[in-house]
Amino acid sequence: MALLEIKNLHARIDDNEILKGLNLTVNAGEVHAIMGPNGSGKSTLSYVLAGKPDYEVTAGEALLDGLDLLDMAPEERASAGLFLAFQYPIEIPGVATMTFLRTALNAQRKARGEEELSTPEFLRLVKEKAGHLGISQEMLRRGVNVGFSGGEKKRNEILQMTLLQPKVCILDETDSGLDIDALKVVSEGVNALRSPERGMVVITHYQRLLDHIVPDVVHVMHKGRIVRTGGKELAHELEASGYAGYGQDAA
Amino acid sequence: MTIHNQPVRTAAEDQLLASLEARVAQDALSGPLAARLGEVREAALAAFRENGLPHRRVEEWKYTDLRALLREAHAPVTQISDAAAAEGHLRAVTFPGARRILFVNGVLDRQHSDLVGLEPGLSVMPLGSAIAKGHGAVEKLGTLAPQRNDGALALNTAFLGEGVVIHVADGAKIARPLHIAHVFTLDDAAAAYSRSLLDVGVGAGVTLIESFQGRDGVSYQANAAIEVFAGDESHVDYVRLQEEGDKALHLGTFMAEIGRDVRFHTFGLTSGAQAARLSVYGRFSGTHSQVGLRGVTLLKGRQHADVTLLLDHAVAHCESRELFKTVLADESHGVFQGKIVVRPDAQKTDGRMMSQALLLGETAEMDNKPELEIFADDVQCGHGATAGDLDEDLLFYLKARGIPAKEAEAMLIQAFVGEALEFVENDDLRDSLIARAEAWLKKRAA
Repeated sequence: MALLEIKNLHARIDDNEILKGLNLTVNAGEVHAIMGPNGSGKSTLSYVLAGKPDYEVTAGEALLDGLDLLDMAPEERASAGLFLAFQYPIEIPGVATMTFLRTALNAQRKARGEEELSTPEFLRLVKEKAGHLGISQEMLRRGVNVGFSGGEKKRNEILQMTLLQPKVCILDETDSGLDIDALKVVSEGVNALRSPERGMVVITHYQRLLDHIVPDVVHVMHKGRIVRTGGKELAHELEASGYAGYGQDAA
Repeated sequence: MTIHNQPVRTAAEDQLLASLEARVAQDALSGPLAARLGEVREAALAAFRENGLPHRRVEEWKYTDLRALLREAHAPVTQISDAAAAEGHLRAVTFPGARRILFVNGVLDRQHSDLVGLEPGLSVMPLGSAIAKGHGAVEKLGTLAPQRNDGALALNTAFLGEGVVIHVADGAKIARPLHIAHVFTLDDAAAAYSRSLLDVGVGAGVTLIESFQGRDGVSYQANAAIEVFAGDESHVDYVRLQEEGDKALHLGTFMAEIGRDVRFHTFGLTSGAQAARLSVYGRFSGTHSQVGLRGVTLLKGRQHADVTLLLDHAVAHCESRELFKTVLADESHGVFQGKIVVRPDAQKTDGRMMSQALLLGETAEMDNKPELEIFADDVQCGHGATAGDLDEDLLFYLKARGIPAKEAEAMLIQAFVGEALEFVENDDLRDSLIARAEAWLKKRAA
């Protein structure tokens, strides 16, 4: 069953067309990797799906579990089950991480007509999940991502993903800025969320991450389109040959 | 020959002058301090006669034209009014454990004030009795008035009569906060004037809260001034909550003299009145003291609020921190004018002033005017001012986690004002203020 279906998606920022007819289908239980050279539109794809206001969709459609994503506000997309783990999670001084997590979780539950979690239930849940990711209580009391290292910020993204239990996860360059130990912790967190009911899109520039999060399908993105699709061995091939072959595309 | 600039008075200025002259003529002060206070009052009356209400050509009042705002003058209320109506307003705001001193329409209501069982070393006296009895603290009254044209304060001084004198004896630490609650309850426009004094002895400690509330829909005028004397080695916290009615004109003056080795912190939360002005005058008279002046102003609709402060580093080795946050929705207008003066002898002064504004409305306006006047050569001083709208990237991050737009906005506004609120040391007090700020946000989002 297709959880994420993107058809002929075109999008631009200002006057720059960045997505030029992208097609992608992610079925439940699958992990897809999107690789590609810098500037191919990988991050744009993640932002367009999440609803960042600077981007304008000019054609095509994107469905999340059959629902028209592009018609929804960013917060509605999140409540419908879309999660974007940001490449650069930003700091929000003055908003305690704990408050932020509880507000987000309860807002989504409320939007789906579910009951909000009580404070003790919530605290128990966070304590358990944060522990697995090596996030201390002290960090949870701090402002969102304030004073967090690069690795801590990425772990915080995975913690949010774990708590929110989305249907479709998009991980945008989650490996950037991570040392090998942090990469392992983050990958374990992601792997723990692999499930037959969930789809994942892992955007990365390097094959290294895919040793830890082994994809079912690998796509190569270039100039705003998926130009090649294969199995996990495609990632190794790209690691060996680089993206040079996609540098002088005449089209 | 001196040429006197005889201004043409507005009708309101004429009315005020007549009412002041009548008051001075009728209400003779009595007691040992009558002569001195009579002079203070006469001087203020003379100043008002000469300058009238300040207007936009008076630099300190450039953005708050009081002559234009005060179109109709009202004489001060002098009778005790129904306290039951006051309770209705006060129920909304409580400060746990505080000792309340109630002013209804500018008049001290002793009966509904909690003046029994005062802690040793604490005295609270109506201004009238303090003058009549020649209370030592009253000798200081009027001595902190600045050497500049401040028509609001001149009016307050000229109408001198209602108020409270609080004295904390040397060494007395008063744990229970004092709360002066001002409430305006009348159906018709009137004026509420009060002048109070807090005299804190050597090594003493006290927390004073002043709150201002009143009826919506009535264009009353509140003019409240307080003088604070912080003795050497004292610790003073002052919190001010201004939630006047939505048609009110609020004129506040806060004056302080800070002795040696003092810790002095003030915090003001302003969200009330149609138009409000708060003038703050601080002067260091002893070395090694630490002052923090902070505030949050929340405005919507067509509200106008002005905070103007002058801090005088007259002596060496003192530290001051000013942080003012203004949130402006709709077509509101905020003003911050801050001036730090560092005198030639005030070496090693460490002063930092910051004013930050968050503009939520397309047509909201903020005027920021920070100034430093430094005459000493070995100091560390800085100031800054910012104005901007909510950060789109922060909003998107919150929304991308499922937090609805309004709630995301409220979280960021709360974080913005929280940076100033976190300096309120007393936990209960800080929680009460945060709750008031949250209530404002909720009302706005609704």
